[in-house]
Amino acid sequence: MQIDIKRTNETINYNIPFKSTTLLQALYHIKSHIDNTLTFSSNCRSGICGTCAVRVNGKEVLACATMIKDNDLVEPLRYHEIERDLKVNKEKVRDTLKQSMAWLHQAQKSEIESKDVALTEKQSDCILCDSCYSACPVLEVNPNFIGPFALTRVYRYTADPREADIKTSIDTIQQNGVWDCTLCGECTTVCPQGIDPKMDITMLRGTSTQFGYSDPNFQAMDFGFGGF
Amino acid sequence: MLDILIIGSGGAGLSSALSAKQHGATIKVVGKSYPTASQTSMAQGGINASLGNITPDSTTSHIEDTIKSAHGICNKKMVEWMCEDAPMTIEWLNNLGVPFDRTKDKKIAQRELGGASSRRACYAQDYTGLKILHTLYDNALKENIEMIEEHLLLNLIVEESVVKGATFWDIRGGKVISIEAKITILATGGYGSIYKNFTTNSDGATGDGVASVLRAGGTISNMEFIQFHPTALKSSSILISESARGEGGYLVNSRGERFVDELLPRDIVARSISSQIDKGEDIFLDVRHLGEERLLKLMPQEVHLCKLHENIDPAKELIPIKPVAHYTMGGVDVNTKLEVTGLKNCYAVGECSNARIHGANRLGGNSLLEIVSLGRLAGENATKSLKNEFSYPSNSQIEKDREYIDGLFEEYPWELNFYDIQNELGEKFYNYVGIVRDNNQLNNILNELRVIKASVDDMGIGDKSRENNTNLVEFVEFVNMLEIGEVVIDSAIVRDESRGAHFKKAFPKEEDRFFKAHSLYWLEDGALLSKFEKVVE
Repeated sequence: MQIDIKRTNETINYNIPFKSTTLLQALYHIKSHIDNTLTFSSNCRSGICGTCAVRVNGKEVLACATMIKDNDLVEPLRYHEIERDLKVNKEKVRDTLKQSMAWLHQAQKSEIESKDVALTEKQSDCILCDSCYSACPVLEVNPNFIGPFALTRVYRYTADPREADIKTSIDTIQQNGVWDCTLCGECTTVCPQGIDPKMDITMLRGTSTQFGYSDPNFQAMDFGFGGF
Repeated sequence: MLDILIIGSGGAGLSSALSAKQHGATIKVVGKSYPTASQTSMAQGGINASLGNITPDSTTSHIEDTIKSAHGICNKKMVEWMCEDAPMTIEWLNNLGVPFDRTKDKKIAQRELGGASSRRACYAQDYTGLKILHTLYDNALKENIEMIEEHLLLNLIVEESVVKGATFWDIRGGKVISIEAKITILATGGYGSIYKNFTTNSDGATGDGVASVLRAGGTISNMEFIQFHPTALKSSSILISESARGEGGYLVNSRGERFVDELLPRDIVARSISSQIDKGEDIFLDVRHLGEERLLKLMPQEVHLCKLHENIDPAKELIPIKPVAHYTMGGVDVNTKLEVTGLKNCYAVGECSNARIHGANRLGGNSLLEIVSLGRLAGENATKSLKNEFSYPSNSQIEKDREYIDGLFEEYPWELNFYDIQNELGEKFYNYVGIVRDNNQLNNILNELRVIKASVDDMGIGDKSRENNTNLVEFVEFVNMLEIGEVVIDSAIVRDESRGAHFKKAFPKEEDRFFKAHSLYWLEDGALLSKFEKVVE
């Protein structure tokens, strides 16, 4: 099987002696038997540690959870600093979590029912693989956009009955946050955990409205009547 | 000077960090990967606490089950401390925001795991470790804890047995650095990757912290005790959680016959499967009778993994399985305060340590409990010891490590491919230092391992770039595994009995007279020394 890997300076074609294998196995094979310098990140092999996300034929996937096909093109994630080959620096992207303050601001004693847990069960399945971030077209035009996974995480905590201070979260995600999303759904398409950040962002918009915020894009659409 | 250096950023490291920060210490958490990439994310089944939310339970029962599973090789005081702290640990995690599943009457849901006398494991679907880890991470960000990623531990900085920090390989920057600190906490994880390709563990479980303690003159203990998980996927060694059996899954052989009580402790179930395999049987996990809807609710992750790695639908087909290395009970020897034996100003916690709780066989649901409960204890104890006097170290360790790494770039010839050797060794460990052990085979593999150790100078790295060199990282990890692998085999040879996860056909019984004891190993003037320390009743 032939696959192409976009490396730091060039795209290289490799011949893999397997008929059926995960991309991660193929990368291991290349590193241990063809070229030790091929650089990528991985850890758990089970799709849970979020380390090995890359792009295959333009779509974000986990290398450990993807069977490769002949002539696949493997590239690093977008909007991350590429450290070497497929290995990217996730530090800056992690800062979006801090920026969005995705945690319980003021924990309160609260009775929690099964349905409350179910409400954010998917959202708390996030493995921080950054696939959604790489797939988001907004980041191409606005590198300061908080991005999908951070917003999903904010939603996860605002929907938690233990949170007594939803307002702080909502205040935090107005700038470069919920209103910058175009609701294109690319994030939802690529999430290996089946999370739907687009829906979470929609929910956060609803809550933002309850706190008196409105879509600044509508405000900007002034048709001579002083805006909406 | 920095108060506390925490090495390892999984559940144990982050729990220590949150606790130390709360107690007022300045801290840095240093890890070789990103915090959320740690082994903790892989824990599926649950975290034990005798809440009795579903079935009657008590701390006494939790303690008894733990000691029984440990086959007596534990410190009763430590077990008691942890089991008594367990409900507080769950409360703490709940207050941080961990989304535990709930019962109909709004209590935290609990499930049964093997070896437990009650439904004791609190869970969040089959993502318990993931959700605990990510919640700890969110709280570490909230508390503004400094986390330094992509730094591989090289060595502890030790002067006259006092630990004064550690040296690291900065993976991105491609240089050796040192971080000095008054207190160092090791939370670096287990050594399951010695069983390469035959373990449920992540590739990073390479015992870096354990090896660093051995090199620093500290003591490591009970290294022969390695738990084999009964149910990993046959072709990929990927874990299928015990909760699959806890929820009613069966183990069957090629003829469709059940052959063991599925909820017995892991060592017994693993041995039973192993003896079936020896008879030529293929072994399967059968969860078909649970139904698709229930499977998707209870173990969505497993369903997905079965489809991906075995190409089967567990709602309709049998899951082919085999037992593989899963958890390392042994590790850095610590006292009841979690201080490392033989070293000062150094603590160890989590899977890298042997806090003398899990003994010969860890109970399911006790590892997540240990990392959070004792993780917090380590942070608290480390902070308390900050009132002592401290002094800065000399540069000798960093200079030594720079010289070693420079040698890897300049001198090592790459004549032998260490990846091939690592794969071969992993399989041999599985076959000969595995579920059933034999002294002849153990001696043979010990000799082989010593030959490999002697030929490390012919290996080295093919990649000569300094920055982002994962080839170098993997080589350093490989050398760590060789160093502690020798202790794993030696301690298995010396223990001529069968106890928990350590089983020898020639010595099928527990021999309390000689071996109700912890096996301790340390280096003195380059020579590996060992002794047994009797369990204090």
